[in-house]
Amino acid sequence: MTDTYTRFIRSAPGTALAKQLGLPRPARLLRREDRPEPVLGPVVVLGESAGADRIAGRLLDQGADVRRRFEELRRVGTVIVVLDEITAPAELSPAVLALAGAMRSLAPGARVVTVSRPASDEDPSRAAARGGVEGFVRSLAHEMRGGATANGILVADGIGLDAPGVLGALRFLLSARSAFVTGQFLTVSSDAGSATEDADRPLAGRTALVTGAARGIGAAIARTLAADGARLVVLDVPGAGTELARLANELRAIPIQLDVTSDGAGERLVSFLREKQLQLDAVVLNAGITRDKLLANMTADRWDAVLAVNITSQIRLMDALITAGDALGEQPRVVSLASTSGIAGNRGQTNYAASKAGVIAFVDALAARMESIGGTANAVAPGFIETEMTARMPALTREVARRVNSLQQGGLPVDVAEAISFLCSAEAGGIRGETLRVCGQNMVGK
Amino acid sequence: MPDRNPTDDHEEVPHVTRPDAPRDALILGGNRIPFARSGGPYAGISNQDLLTAALEGLVARYSLQGEKLGEIAGGAVLKLASDLNLTRESALGTPLDPRTPTTDMSRACATSLETVMHVSNRIRLGQIDSGIACGVDSASDSPIEVTPRLRRILHRAFAAKTAMQRVKALGALRPADLAPVPPRNGEPRTGLSMGEHQALTTAQWGITRQAQDELALASHQNLAAAYDDGFFDDLVTGYRGLSRDQNLRPDSTLEKLGSLKPVFGVRSPEVAEPTMTAGNSTPLSDGAASVLIGSADWAAEHGLTPQARVVDARSAAVDFVHGDEGLLMAPAYAVPELLDAHGLALQDLDFYEIHEAFASTVLSTLKAWESEEFCRERLGRDGALGAIDRDRLNVLGSSLAAGHPFAATGGRLVATLAKLLHQRAQETGEVQRGLISVCAAAGQGAVVLLESVVD
Repeated sequence: MTDTYTRFIRSAPGTALAKQLGLPRPARLLRREDRPEPVLGPVVVLGESAGADRIAGRLLDQGADVRRRFEELRRVGTVIVVLDEITAPAELSPAVLALAGAMRSLAPGARVVTVSRPASDEDPSRAAARGGVEGFVRSLAHEMRGGATANGILVADGIGLDAPGVLGALRFLLSARSAFVTGQFLTVSSDAGSATEDADRPLAGRTALVTGAARGIGAAIARTLAADGARLVVLDVPGAGTELARLANELRAIPIQLDVTSDGAGERLVSFLREKQLQLDAVVLNAGITRDKLLANMTADRWDAVLAVNITSQIRLMDALITAGDALGEQPRVVSLASTSGIAGNRGQTNYAASKAGVIAFVDALAARMESIGGTANAVAPGFIETEMTARMPALTREVARRVNSLQQGGLPVDVAEAISFLCSAEAGGIRGETLRVCGQNMVGK
Repeated sequence: MPDRNPTDDHEEVPHVTRPDAPRDALILGGNRIPFARSGGPYAGISNQDLLTAALEGLVARYSLQGEKLGEIAGGAVLKLASDLNLTRESALGTPLDPRTPTTDMSRACATSLETVMHVSNRIRLGQIDSGIACGVDSASDSPIEVTPRLRRILHRAFAAKTAMQRVKALGALRPADLAPVPPRNGEPRTGLSMGEHQALTTAQWGITRQAQDELALASHQNLAAAYDDGFFDDLVTGYRGLSRDQNLRPDSTLEKLGSLKPVFGVRSPEVAEPTMTAGNSTPLSDGAASVLIGSADWAAEHGLTPQARVVDARSAAVDFVHGDEGLLMAPAYAVPELLDAHGLALQDLDFYEIHEAFASTVLSTLKAWESEEFCRERLGRDGALGAIDRDRLNVLGSSLAAGHPFAATGGRLVATLAKLLHQRAQETGEVQRGLISVCAAAGQGAVVLLESVVD
């Protein structure tokens, strides 16, 4: 699924021309099938804290080639910068400058991950130091080359660096699953969740529902969750029934045809689950539509349909699933689909952006409600993803949209799916109400 | 195997071919795609694609991926010569075990009722444990043939041994030979279309326009209500953007139906007042339907809930060629025979599914059963079978609303009635019986008796 420009730029004359003109030269991103090993070695863990030792120890246990210094290394696969105990901006210096010297040694598809604490702090100096980490990572991500990424994990005060959520976030960010995630932070706010037993099948034994599963990103999510070991219930509108059935046959999933905006859709889903004796460990609220128009040309059917499908249906569905009492499993995870349009806004998408910004606020509020039943809710905000939907954009707009991110290319549906799969896992229990961007660090928004 | 009688001490005679006692063949569920009007959203899609879609939905619904079934029986009425193994080719396009055998069958509009009986009978005899009965038709993709003369000339040319012989054979070609031959919408022995035949029967039985339109309206209203209630949620899988039957008009009214012009019997001297319109006749349709059937053990092993047992079936044919009986009246003869065999009166049934080829076909059949004269003279009975409770007739809508892809209709009826019987039996705690009656071209008819199974 490489676009025409990228194919040209990778040809010999294309490369020469791009060098001459300083055109973007997007790197080939290494995804799971390209790079199966969970951690790209060698790994250098920077930082002097007890937390740094603990993380280094964990990685050693997993069989990684772990170092504490760059010396003698000509190639570095992964750098973990542990800054959990910094108390003043000046303390950033040793680790940052050590990394600076190694930047040219980073392997293609390398991973840099910082582990620090969120800046909500009473000590101004410490707050400044912690806040500084964010600016550092976001800038570093812009400077990464060869498909390498830089991200950060923010671990709430009082939570150990070996909490399931921290190790889970590390696993995700270090793996090839996070190929299109860069310049982002994942906040771990509690030590809830449990470690994954089988790293290759982190969702084994869990049952997941994916709405809007018949095609596009929804189908990619279903395939990824199934590959990760989940048993699937796939849902889509009756009109897409046969496509849904084909997906169900491919994944041995259970299909349910349901218009999520119809009256009583939540109750129908609950009775279907009871009939099939299923409890959902993960709910992926993916069903969504676009009906783009400038506000001046907006009509009720375009505005209302987008709001009804993209956010109102999610509120109703989750109400029904939670109220039912027996529809959700022990550590339920909800992941909704937001969008970078919901963060930064987008011309012609007042309806879509309203619905997606709604999703971002919704999962935050829903996370509080889910906490009482041992669960979480989060969102994933895709940037420009190569889908049937974006293939219909005007060519020039599409070409620009593709390039305005640090990785200079559009993501694939599987990139979104991988982030969702991680947030559906048992180990992601400490991540609550977050919206994780899968956008290659799109220039818009934060 | 029958239990061995311990007191039976005489030596056992080895029977090589002693069949097991008949056992139940159970309807376990069904799946169809929404029916479309000819030339609608399924235009250009082959019978094989439509049937494959219906089977894929069935496999997905009942988790039959990789399953090796005893048999799949299917068929189409409008069938291309190249679709010799239509069912086999369709099945190979699904995730079922490719070692599942198939058979292609045909009995005009009763085709998939016949495939249901074929699979059921084999299950009852213990030859197979599970199977799918299905049928498909696409009026949008019906075969168009060449003239018989062109065919013979071409065959002669192909068989020619020398160039001269070939030229000579092709020299017989005339421009008229090149005209394509679309499927004939008429009975070969009378030249009359089915609608024209029914127009004669309609006039003969004095079926009014009002009664036909009322039946058509009820069909639309009942089907729409069943969709709204979610009854078809586990019977229909959406296809090509259609989630309900395209022909369904939930907002139809007697006024709208009454405004349509008669289309059949218009030029017939024997029809004083034509009454049959596009509204009270089924449209040409595209679609496919399938039914999953199994033995009790097979159902239990696969965690499936039996809905109804196939009790029995009959078929009949009438002599319409010589005008002895109306073309579509054969079920009027088959039903009493079926009921008699089980000691049932017509009124003992809880539900009647009488295929609405035309509204007047249903009404003529009902009127015949109410007629002393018909029942005495034609059926050789003491008196009339009597009237039925019309609230039990086609309660979930039928072909007038859903459309009628010929070979798919039987499958639609069986899956729908089986679920209805099961549901009603659960609610009432009583055994429910239902009758399916389907008329077919060439003066044929097939009828089936189903009975609910309660868990």
